[in-house]
Amino acid sequence: MIPLWMYLLVAAALFCMGAYAVLARRNAVAILMGVELMLNAVNINLVGFWRYQQPLNMAGQAFAAFVFVIAAAEAAVGLAIIISVYRQRKSVIPDEADTLKG
Amino acid sequence: MENLPQLVPLVVFIPLVGMIINLLWGARLGEQWAGWIGSGAAILSFLVSFLLLTYLTGSNYQSVVVNPPFLDGWLSIGSINLEIPWQQRVDTLSVTMMLVVTGVGSLIHIYAIGYMHGDERFPRFFAFLNMFLVFMLILVTGNNFLMMFVGWEGVGLCSYLLIGFWFDKAKGVGWKNSLAARKAMILNRIGDFGMLMGIFLIFWTFGTLDYYKPGEIANVEYQEHLVAQLTGEHGEAAAPAEGEHGATTTEGEAAAPAAEGEHTEAPVAEGEHGEAAAPAAEGEHAVGPAIPEYVNNDHIATDQLGVFGKAQRMLEDGAEVNFGVVSLPIETVLVLITLFLLLGATGKSAQIPLFVWLPDAMAGPTPVSALIHAATMVTAGVYMMVRSNVLYHNAETTSLVVALIGATTALAAGYIAIGQWDIKRVLAYSTISQLGFMVAAVGIGAYGAAMFHLVTHAFFKALLFLGSGSVIHGVEHGHHDVSHGHDHHHDHDFDPQDMRNMGGLRNKMPITFLTYLVGTLALAGIWPFAGFWSKDEILADAWLSNTAGGYVVLAMLVIAAAFTAFYMWRQIEMVFFGKPRTEAAEHAHESTPAMLWPLVILAFFALLAGFYNVPANAGPFTIFGFFEWLFGGAHSFTVFLEPSVAYAHAGEFQGGIAAVALILALGAILLARRVYGDNKSVTADNTDPLYVNPATRQIWSLANARLYWDETYNRLLEQPFNAIGNFLAHTLDWTFWHDYVHEKVVGRGFNALGDLLSSPVDLGIIDGIVNGLGRLVSWLAGGLRRIQTGYVRTYAITLLLGVVLVIIILLLPMLQSGS
Amino acid sequence: MFQVPTIADLNLGLTLPALSLALGACVLLLLDLFVPRERKEITAWLAMAGIAVSFVLNLAGFNESGTAFLGTFAADQFTGFLNIVILITAFLGVLLSLDYLKRAKIERGEYYVLLLLSAAGMMFMSSANDLIVVFIALELLSIPLYIMATFRAPDLKSEESGMKYFILGAFAGAFFVYGAALVYGATGTTNLPEIFAAVNGIIAAGGSQMFLLLMGTGLILVGLGFKVAVVPFHMWTPDVYEGAPTPVTAFMSVGAKAGGFAGLLRIMVVALPVFVLKDGQTAAAWQQTFWLVAAATLILGNIVAIAQTNVKRMLAYSSIAHAGYIMMAVAAAGTAGVANEATRAALLYLMAYMFTNLGAFGIALAIEKDDGSDTGVDNFIGLAKSKPALAAMMTVFMLSLTGIPLTGGFVGKWFVFKSALDAGLVPLAIIGVLTSVISAFYYVRIIVNMYLKDGEGDPAAGATRYVNWAIYVAFAGTLLMGIFPWIATNLSDTVVLAVEMFVR
Repeated sequence: MIPLWMYLLVAAALFCMGAYAVLARRNAVAILMGVELMLNAVNINLVGFWRYQQPLNMAGQAFAAFVFVIAAAEAAVGLAIIISVYRQRKSVIPDEADTLKG
Repeated sequence: MENLPQLVPLVVFIPLVGMIINLLWGARLGEQWAGWIGSGAAILSFLVSFLLLTYLTGSNYQSVVVNPPFLDGWLSIGSINLEIPWQQRVDTLSVTMMLVVTGVGSLIHIYAIGYMHGDERFPRFFAFLNMFLVFMLILVTGNNFLMMFVGWEGVGLCSYLLIGFWFDKAKGVGWKNSLAARKAMILNRIGDFGMLMGIFLIFWTFGTLDYYKPGEIANVEYQEHLVAQLTGEHGEAAAPAEGEHGATTTEGEAAAPAAEGEHTEAPVAEGEHGEAAAPAAEGEHAVGPAIPEYVNNDHIATDQLGVFGKAQRMLEDGAEVNFGVVSLPIETVLVLITLFLLLGATGKSAQIPLFVWLPDAMAGPTPVSALIHAATMVTAGVYMMVRSNVLYHNAETTSLVVALIGATTALAAGYIAIGQWDIKRVLAYSTISQLGFMVAAVGIGAYGAAMFHLVTHAFFKALLFLGSGSVIHGVEHGHHDVSHGHDHHHDHDFDPQDMRNMGGLRNKMPITFLTYLVGTLALAGIWPFAGFWSKDEILADAWLSNTAGGYVVLAMLVIAAAFTAFYMWRQIEMVFFGKPRTEAAEHAHESTPAMLWPLVILAFFALLAGFYNVPANAGPFTIFGFFEWLFGGAHSFTVFLEPSVAYAHAGEFQGGIAAVALILALGAILLARRVYGDNKSVTADNTDPLYVNPATRQIWSLANARLYWDETYNRLLEQPFNAIGNFLAHTLDWTFWHDYVHEKVVGRGFNALGDLLSSPVDLGIIDGIVNGLGRLVSWLAGGLRRIQTGYVRTYAITLLLGVVLVIIILLLPMLQSGS
Repeated sequence: MFQVPTIADLNLGLTLPALSLALGACVLLLLDLFVPRERKEITAWLAMAGIAVSFVLNLAGFNESGTAFLGTFAADQFTGFLNIVILITAFLGVLLSLDYLKRAKIERGEYYVLLLLSAAGMMFMSSANDLIVVFIALELLSIPLYIMATFRAPDLKSEESGMKYFILGAFAGAFFVYGAALVYGATGTTNLPEIFAAVNGIIAAGGSQMFLLLMGTGLILVGLGFKVAVVPFHMWTPDVYEGAPTPVTAFMSVGAKAGGFAGLLRIMVVALPVFVLKDGQTAAAWQQTFWLVAAATLILGNIVAIAQTNVKRMLAYSSIAHAGYIMMAVAAAGTAGVANEATRAALLYLMAYMFTNLGAFGIALAIEKDDGSDTGVDNFIGLAKSKPALAAMMTVFMLSLTGIPLTGGFVGKWFVFKSALDAGLVPLAIIGVLTSVISAFYYVRIIVNMYLKDGEGDPAAGATRYVNWAIYVAFAGTLLMGIFPWIATNLSDTVVLAVEMFVR
């Protein structure tokens, strides 16, 4: 059987890629995708822990399911906000919105 | 009788009601009502304080702790063992302070009715004055350090409000006033920091903030003595006391409704008032003054003791205090506590190094200067140290510091006063100087003398301030008459407080002059005025302390006393003698009776107050015991204080020192008369004769420049502070971080690279993510680019850096421990 | 092997306050359809009625304690106390919004629904007994706030603040789940009391499990620390506070903090209080980190606030600083034996902060113009002349934020400092005292502006009836807590017992 640490390593790598996307991409939609990637990395973790440590307790699975749901909700709201901003500024680059600072 | 202490909440409550009435309806009530409601509250409060005094004298000065109704368990949480009740303390020390605060306060309230006449915010002024009384009385009657702190902050607030009371005066004067208020606030905040730290330390060390718990005995020696005396006299005292008690019961009945949750320290007879059978039923307790059940605190468990009792017990046991990181012996902790408290005292009582706010505080109306900045609030620091005498007595290092600070302040401020032109500023420095005497007295362990000087000083300094107010008022009105009469206004820079604009007022304002003279002689320490006795007691105690420090203090204080006499006589010459130097002074006239009566009454006390503590065996100074006989015994004030101030003791009279001080003072007056007398108090070019004389020019100029104290602070503290602030705000934050880093370094340097990376390279790198080196480079490049492009992602990267930091800090100990 | 629970097992009675609010929000969403466009205040009144019902249910069940939803949901006095804070915040939030939305021409019924949902999320957080519930509650309280911050669209500032809040919030949220997953991996459970039971074994075993638990704790701190705005996760705060509509700012400055700290306290005090690196230590492994975070927050928040010219921004930095004071109490909870006292200190501080901050924002809202301008510190000049009552109340709020005695702020600070001292965090307490001295600078500046500077004085057109009511309530609360602190302390006295029960 593939050892647990391999799953954890994949998850960590995915998580870092997601974080990288949030930090590196200029496009708000791409940033959103980065966040999704981070959340899915967590799901791998959760399912991995569940399978290898507590297969009888459903908590890990349940947690993962909730993460899906909330990620979807977050994406919906996020996209709505981005669209609203796009209508005004004709741009989805968050960094171009910088009237608030200091 | 034994219910009288239950009235003590009223002392605070009455001014509170006065304040509320004046705040809410003052404007509608009009001047007369507003003024008399304010003054009435002060007078009623004084009467209650007086009743408390009668209680004390009738019960062997037994201290009582009172729980006011509704305020039980002010701060009380059982589960974490925090218990800070709202309790008021009636003992000889607090009653002394109450009498001074409300007594002098009442007179100043009445005076202010005349002085503030016509001011547009008249009712508010009285509301503030009453508010001040409320907080000051909380400060002096509280039975724990937190209540003291509440009062301490409250009077600070009132001081701030009243210094800046005329914040809207025209021509920048208003701005100056509010700056003065701010200065007072800020400097006091520094002191409050010390106060808070001291209180925290006390709580940490003793687990309580109460001075003494109900039932504790403050001065064991006095108690032993008292019990011995009472049990000896018991038989004889019985018969006459019977009748006395009958009268007492009726009084007790009247006070009964106010009584709630009684905690008398001595087990006095309780309950059954009004029943005819009461005296008989109470048996032996009902006869005469009650005999205290205990002579010491040995029956009380250590954790049931208040701060001071516990401190003594811990000192006996040689306990250590655990601060988590380090354990310190109790003696060291006491030094720390007292030093922190001392910082608080230097703020409130205007001592070196925090005294510079007090002269500026004279921007407030004169009644405020008299009440808050001379007679009462500024003595709060002295009161606090006398209240904590157990701590100070056992912290020798601090005591030495206290003594030196006090003496240095007394000397420096006395010297500065010589070079001032503003009539109130002279008095302000004089106040600082006299407070220095009191603080020095605390430092050499003469707690009784410190309180004695506090009381006499309250009388004569209030008198002098009110007198100066009367003078200013007179000159201002004179000026007003002149500029109206001539129909041309030279309003622009006429200063009614500048002594150069006065002169010859002796004849225009005779009553003011006479009372001012009394105050001056009292302040200068001329026999037999009040100041002589109190100042001399401090000097004598300094001599008796028999240490090198004591002698140094003594020398400094004697010189300061000579300065006092000199600058006060200089003032008398400039203001009252000679010829009027301006038209305003020419047309000045005497003030109204509402202002003069308080002056007369205060002058009476400035003359007499000293006799209540005349020393024993003072030979010719007491006319061979005549005064003692006349005023009921020697050292009666110190004896009065003893039950509540464990280390108050009366020093023996030192005829030699008294004589030297008196001769020096008289000499200083004569010298001042020589320099300033005969109408030459101000020279032709409007300056001081000492300045004209080349031999004394430097000395006078230095005093006139206030020893460059404010300037030094400005240079050393204010300017660097502002510079750092500016540097942080402008250079670091804006110029460096925003302009330079964001735009220059990051912007220019990486714009090109960023554009290059964003489309072709970025994709390539993601594809080649297996390449470790590439990943590192992209991470670095991306990181730097992120700082550049801006804002949301700058935040995100900060967040990420935070994550890394948190993880590192969390993991470090684990890695170090090698698991 | 696995038994399907019955309705009775869910123990719904205990969840009523939070559940009723969430359901109420859903019902309100439907009812709003039938409310005519120009009479949206009806929706607001219905929302307030919903809050009131929840408040009554909460008081009725204040002293009950137990778990619901199979141990994932706890109800006890800690919950009850926090729910009081949250519900008052929501209620005042609605009151502040009523006229503001009309003035800003953004009156839409969804606003109140979102506010109720967010408040429900906070209440779930205060009774979370499971990491999953903490996560759900965290998102339930955040997502409506993202929308509310953007509610002033097409106003550019409002949109910008919403977008920033969303992006950073989602980012921080991902860290939180990652941390929760690691804790789950280390302990094998997401249930907080079960984690507590598992911690001793991990301390004994050490090694990789210890590593996972430490990482998880750190990342949970990141996620919740973002929500409560502690340094270095605070960068969003000033921008979002400035850009969001003022009533939203007021609501989230208190609500989000209450929710975030509820989560932190639940996790740290219930699950990880005895998590030490080695047997026998008294300070929890996470205490040092929390300590440093609190210190950094206190210093940065208070110092940067001095430089602000916009009141909303200034209050944003001030709210960062106050998060630091509460963080101090959380850090103190890491010392064995101080947890109860520190928890109550945090709760009391939150309550005092709630009244004071809502009041201060209420007054900032009152002087704001219809287009959202005029929120500068200079707009307070002369307010004492034009609106003496508002100025007087603002003075009290500022003094309370500074922590002057006889105001709620002093009571809060007193308990927080005391718990820090009891926990042996003497340097932190000293930093706290020093920074609160610094804070006087920018708070007193407002008072100086109002009273001492000459100026016209703002007419405070925004001080309409409902706004005034809200300010009065906040004012009364601030003073009541300051003058009669035992009301609040007695209320929280019971909280300590409840937490004790958990900690065992």
